[in-house]
Amino acid sequence: MNAQQKPTGSAYFLSNIEQETVFRTLSVVVDNEPGVLARVIGLFSGRGYNIESLTVSETQNERHLSRITIVTSGTANVLEQIKTQLERIVPVHRVVDLDQKAKELGYEKPIERELALVKVKGEGNDRMEALRIADAFKAEVVDANRDHFIFEVTGRVSKVDQFIDIMRSLGAIEICRTGITAMNRGSDGIWGK
Amino acid sequence: MTGTEQETSADEHQMTGAEMVLKALGENGVKHVFGYPGGAVLPIYDEIHQQDEIEHILVRHEQGAGHMAEGYARSTGKPGVCLATSGPGATNVVTALQDALMDSIPMVCLTGQVPTALIGSDAFQECDTVGITRPCTKHNWLVKDVSELSQVIHEAFHVATSGRPGPVVVDIPKDVQFATGTYVPLNKAPSRKSYRPAKTGNSDSIHQAIELIKNAKKPIIYSGGGVINSGPEASTLLRDLVKLTGSPITSTLMGLGAYPASGKHWLGMLGMHGTYEANMAMHDCDVMVCIGARFDDRITGRIDAFSPNSKKIHVDIDPSSINKNVRVDIPIIGDVTSVLEDMVRIWRADASDLKEERLADWNAQINQWRARNSLAFSDNDDVIMPQYAIKRLYELTKDKDTYITTEVGQHQMWAAQFYGFEEPNRWMTSGGLGTMGYGFPAAIGVQVAHPDALVIDIAGDASIQMCIQEMSCAVQHGLPVKIFILNNNYMGMVRQWQQLLHGNRLSNSYTESMPDFVKLAEAYGGVGIRCSKPSELDDAINEMISVDKPVIFDCNVATLANCFPMIPSGKAHNEMLLPDEATDEVVANAIDAAGAKLV
Ligand SMILES: Cc1ncc(C[n+]2csc(CCOP(=O)(O)OP(=O)(O)O)c2C)c(N)n1
Ligand SMILES: [Mg+2]
Repeated sequence: MNAQQKPTGSAYFLSNIEQETVFRTLSVVVDNEPGVLARVIGLFSGRGYNIESLTVSETQNERHLSRITIVTSGTANVLEQIKTQLERIVPVHRVVDLDQKAKELGYEKPIERELALVKVKGEGNDRMEALRIADAFKAEVVDANRDHFIFEVTGRVSKVDQFIDIMRSLGAIEICRTGITAMNRGSDGIWGK
Repeated sequence: MTGTEQETSADEHQMTGAEMVLKALGENGVKHVFGYPGGAVLPIYDEIHQQDEIEHILVRHEQGAGHMAEGYARSTGKPGVCLATSGPGATNVVTALQDALMDSIPMVCLTGQVPTALIGSDAFQECDTVGITRPCTKHNWLVKDVSELSQVIHEAFHVATSGRPGPVVVDIPKDVQFATGTYVPLNKAPSRKSYRPAKTGNSDSIHQAIELIKNAKKPIIYSGGGVINSGPEASTLLRDLVKLTGSPITSTLMGLGAYPASGKHWLGMLGMHGTYEANMAMHDCDVMVCIGARFDDRITGRIDAFSPNSKKIHVDIDPSSINKNVRVDIPIIGDVTSVLEDMVRIWRADASDLKEERLADWNAQINQWRARNSLAFSDNDDVIMPQYAIKRLYELTKDKDTYITTEVGQHQMWAAQFYGFEEPNRWMTSGGLGTMGYGFPAAIGVQVAHPDALVIDIAGDASIQMCIQEMSCAVQHGLPVKIFILNNNYMGMVRQWQQLLHGNRLSNSYTESMPDFVKLAEAYGGVGIRCSKPSELDDAINEMISVDKPVIFDCNVATLANCFPMIPSGKAHNEMLLPDEATDEVVANAIDAAGAKLV
């Protein structure tokens, strides 16, 4: 998306002190009200931040809270800005950097999962091969007739990527992915203990 | 929603949406609304007509309403309120909203919207107001249900005025204004859990900051608009802190007046057109205390050469301002008043034995920089130099109850350099957005809040024409605002940059067909004064002051004067262009290729 490598803001960044770009998964808890997603997305596009993946859904209906999971990339400075800028949005309750939190908890990464639907059209050997691969990936057949399957595959992003790659060579004609949803291990919730 | 089931019509809390608007404004302490009517706000205008608690000031363009609300807010510390109709009314206030956002001005803007059933149908005068204003407000609301209206308005005032202040928009469809519902009083309105702005600063950080300042050999305080926003108490505490620590102080454009210009420790403004002593001290200091300012690019100059050897303390209520442009060593997130209170208290307890003599070397160095006299200009007996005009204006108005606003350009910088501000809230200027057309309506807003004060818009000949129509508003409402135009017949600041950057090719920066400002004033029912001789200036200014009507003062000044000192774009604080060195050749070569790409 709006790729921007440099730090934000000033027209006076003449120096290119290159900082390493890293990926981060953020969990953003927001009031579920009209326009809240537009505020979050508008912040990213308006300030030139990257969105690699974004998912959103109401998670606590009694409190009208939604949880947005955003995978973003940037230098440490940019990531710090993204977090504080998000926290400025009035209906945003909390922004948790899941990667940072995972490290604090002693894990390498948070748990991240994605679901994909993959429609594969084919005949003969390719069709059999697709079924075998699906089985190996524990993908489920959710629809089929004599010349197509729709597989549902869930798991880590790398697994979904790999599955889709293989299916491409076996006649995948339509692919749809949910984007990443994520949380941290351990008994603490997003609000803490 | 249409209120058919109102068995309790005797209940005093049952009322229409339009009535709720007025009641909620009243409960939030509003006395004045700047607005312009139209189809989608007629129910509200009908209510305005039937009461006299809140005065409506009829503007001539909704942008004017927005800037008036800003001027009102900046000079009082209270939120400014403006009202506009749907579609073009709403889009016309956008400039003022963004202006208020960038300068953190508390402002509540109410807009009418087409009836809810028509939203999304491209109805007459429909626009996606919340969509358009989302990035230029602190928050905004579309109220689709009258039962939510009063609470939303209460929340709007709370959000606009608390934390880092800013503009908010409440968009109210016409059917909601007509519908009847239950009014929720201010003291019963629930507060939102997700919005909890910081107040007090972290005590450990404040202690660390004091420790740094105590041991500093070359400290400097750099204050900004946040001090003004935090309230008059903050300025008092800032003065205490300067006195206690003995530290020199400079300020951004937005922060002028928090520390008095006549104060012993005052260095003048810093930044692109700041003084030599302020910028050199920023560059060479060992401890920088930034209070309520945000390291904007007009302040820092070249960022990788910005104050290279200092430890930096940053007090700001907005966590996103910390480390945004410049990495700091001690961030303190909190309201300036509260943090300064702590700092002053801790200093008094821990460091009262420290004497200012410890900074003798630093002060001597600063005095050497001061002696460079970076605001010097060559005076002239035949033409009025713009700097001279501001100096005279200052001398002749400083003992009065004076408020100054400005437009944007050279005149704005000269006003900041040569008008001495002794108190906060006396100086209203468009800093972040740099909006030509801001100053005059802002002055009207100030005059509404302070009817007996002397309110002067220091203007440029180009800028003033952007909102000149508000003369009609000033005359109608008996607001004797003074417009003091430094008429150089150019978009002077543009011309200066063309000279600096584009081989002095003055593309479209000369103002052809300038109106006769004296006649223009008279046409509106105001008073026009013209002056072009230095010897006549004082009398003319005194005449302007004595007139109890809106005045346009056409002060014809030297046409080609440049605004110095200046940090050319792309340069550092210690690479300033000083007036006595700025020959034509130096000016033409001051900015290199990299700098030319910057704004
Ligand atoms: C709305 C708007 N448009 C354009 C500009 C760019 N701009 C900055 S200063 C300036 C010239 C201002 O001329 P004038 O008001 O005569 O002031 P002077 O610099 O001559 O004192 C212009 C066009 C701006 N700041 N605001
Ligand atoms: Mg001009």
